[in-house]
Amino acid sequence: MSDRLSVFKTYKLYVGGKFPRSESGRVYEVTDSKGKWLANAPLSSRKDARDAVVAARKAFGGWSGATAYNRGQILYRIAEMLEGRRAQFVHEVADAEGLSKSKATEQVDAAIDRWVWYAGWTDKIAQVVGGGNPVAGPYFNLSSPEPTGVVTVLAPQKSSFLGLVSVLAPVIATGNTAIVIASEKSPLPALSLGEVLATSDLPGGVVNVLSGRTAEIATPLAAHQDVNAIDLAGAGTDDGLAKELEIAAADNLKRVLRPQPVDDWSATPGIDRMTAFLETKTVWHPTGSLGASGSGY
Amino acid sequence: MSAGVYSCYARRYARLVTMPTTAHTLTDVAASESTLRRFLHGLPGVDAVGLEARAASLGTRSIKTTAKAYAIDLAISMVDLTTLEGADTPGKVRALGAKAVRPDPTDRTAPATAAVCVYPDMVATAKEAVAGSSVKVASVATAFPAGRAALSVKLADVRDAVAAGADEIDMVIDRGAFLAGNYMKVYDEIVAVKEACGASARLKVIFETGELSTYDNIRRASWLGMIAGADFIKTSTGKVAVNATPANTLLMLEAVRDFRAQTGVQVGVKPAGGIRTTKDAVKFLVLVNETAGEDWLDNHWFRFGASSLLNDLLMQRQKLATGRYSGPDYVTVD
Repeated sequence: MSDRLSVFKTYKLYVGGKFPRSESGRVYEVTDSKGKWLANAPLSSRKDARDAVVAARKAFGGWSGATAYNRGQILYRIAEMLEGRRAQFVHEVADAEGLSKSKATEQVDAAIDRWVWYAGWTDKIAQVVGGGNPVAGPYFNLSSPEPTGVVTVLAPQKSSFLGLVSVLAPVIATGNTAIVIASEKSPLPALSLGEVLATSDLPGGVVNVLSGRTAEIATPLAAHQDVNAIDLAGAGTDDGLAKELEIAAADNLKRVLRPQPVDDWSATPGIDRMTAFLETKTVWHPTGSLGASGSGY
Repeated sequence: MSAGVYSCYARRYARLVTMPTTAHTLTDVAASESTLRRFLHGLPGVDAVGLEARAASLGTRSIKTTAKAYAIDLAISMVDLTTLEGADTPGKVRALGAKAVRPDPTDRTAPATAAVCVYPDMVATAKEAVAGSSVKVASVATAFPAGRAALSVKLADVRDAVAAGADEIDMVIDRGAFLAGNYMKVYDEIVAVKEACGASARLKVIFETGELSTYDNIRRASWLGMIAGADFIKTSTGKVAVNATPANTLLMLEAVRDFRAQTGVQVGVKPAGGIRTTKDAVKFLVLVNETAGEDWLDNHWFRFGASSLLNDLLMQRQKLATGRYSGPDYVTVD
């Protein structure tokens, strides 16, 4: 009996709800932890990064304007869709990180649960970090958290899937849109996550996944005037890069989340990663009876 | 080859020769309805596939670094910064005027745009806003954008705009008459409007190419407009689904090139509507250079009718100057 010809998967970027190849036409070889070839991944250029920013900016109005409840539903839907493709992700994570099947399953399950955790937070975060402020005058004074805008996320280099979800989910849970630079060495789970996001009612452009050399893509994104914040989680192993990106980011006063040492991505995350990309809007409302002019003065 | 044989070839291939060749023809073509029709219908048919392929292939040129910087500055200087909304306020027109004079307040090396383009009742406001600069004031007139009004109303519209100080008048042709084959009516209207413009205002004739259905019609309209005395021929109003495309602009550029070869009179071209990115604008500049030639690479002879294009040009300009991608936060919201 002859062997069946193998059908290789072409991994592609996920930008603006579509799956383009890199504008540059380049790819690079992705290997497993033992150096065995797995697939070719797109080697993104700065122009792919530029296109991703345009897509993310376009999606921001709709996503930040969606109700928190709706965002929660969509994040939960992502968990549902991942559950259906669990086996694929277990396989990819095991290959990428050199884990046993049971260890990889733990990682994938934790990642799915992470989506559910953040799905629950979307309509609660405002109550925790916002609220009415006491003031000495006839006013209501209310603070509410608002999303920062377009956020560039450098996904962790080692934890290719759980780490990725742990940095991505909090960014979009609060209404930001994201450009994710996948782990340079093991980008395949991130690129497959794009396929899940595309079928989870998540509007195109809310999450954009790029693969390639982290330093090459992150540099123009850190300097990009239309990116509002940058999470440097994936620059962690390289102090020089993190510093360089932070300097480039200073030019338009981007919010920068410096690399935090994380030993165990499966620990309960807390809300710090959500609040890192929130801004507080405070508004004053006059109270009391309204005069003839229609105001309380 | 004997003369007799040659004339036999000439007759057989007459329709393949690019254009009728004697200057004499043009003085007489508008003598009557029938001569005008004979001339316009005698223009060679347009090879639609070839035209689109040519426009597409010219759009693939790679324009980088110093050439790109030149193209961006040239394109900025060619923009007719336009606001043609029912909701235009004097404040908005003043803001537009300020932007036309100094498109990038953070960089004084950015050139001014060619003109601001407004409705006739806003001309005086616009004129004040650009006073003392090189920026012209263009006004649409003749019952823009439909052009469905009596000639006397259209002419009054033009005279008002000119009296208010408009340097350029953008008129629309009567597409209904054109499509019905009533070329003389269209011709007479253009001539009358040209007269109403007087010596001070340049006349741009808008064909609304999206409503003319065929490339042949666009070629006919171009010649009709030029024979009637247009200073500029313009693709469209920006108010219909299909506006300026590389193909119809290429066709009009060929027309102005051939018209100058035949009569010695140079006519400008203005694509309008739907040109939103620097990349698109640069493609049009390539078309101009490769079709009409360098003589048209000047804002006296080529314009972009646009509003959002300017912001993209400025963002690209900032990118070239600083090396950082710019964003919409760094240009005005119009």
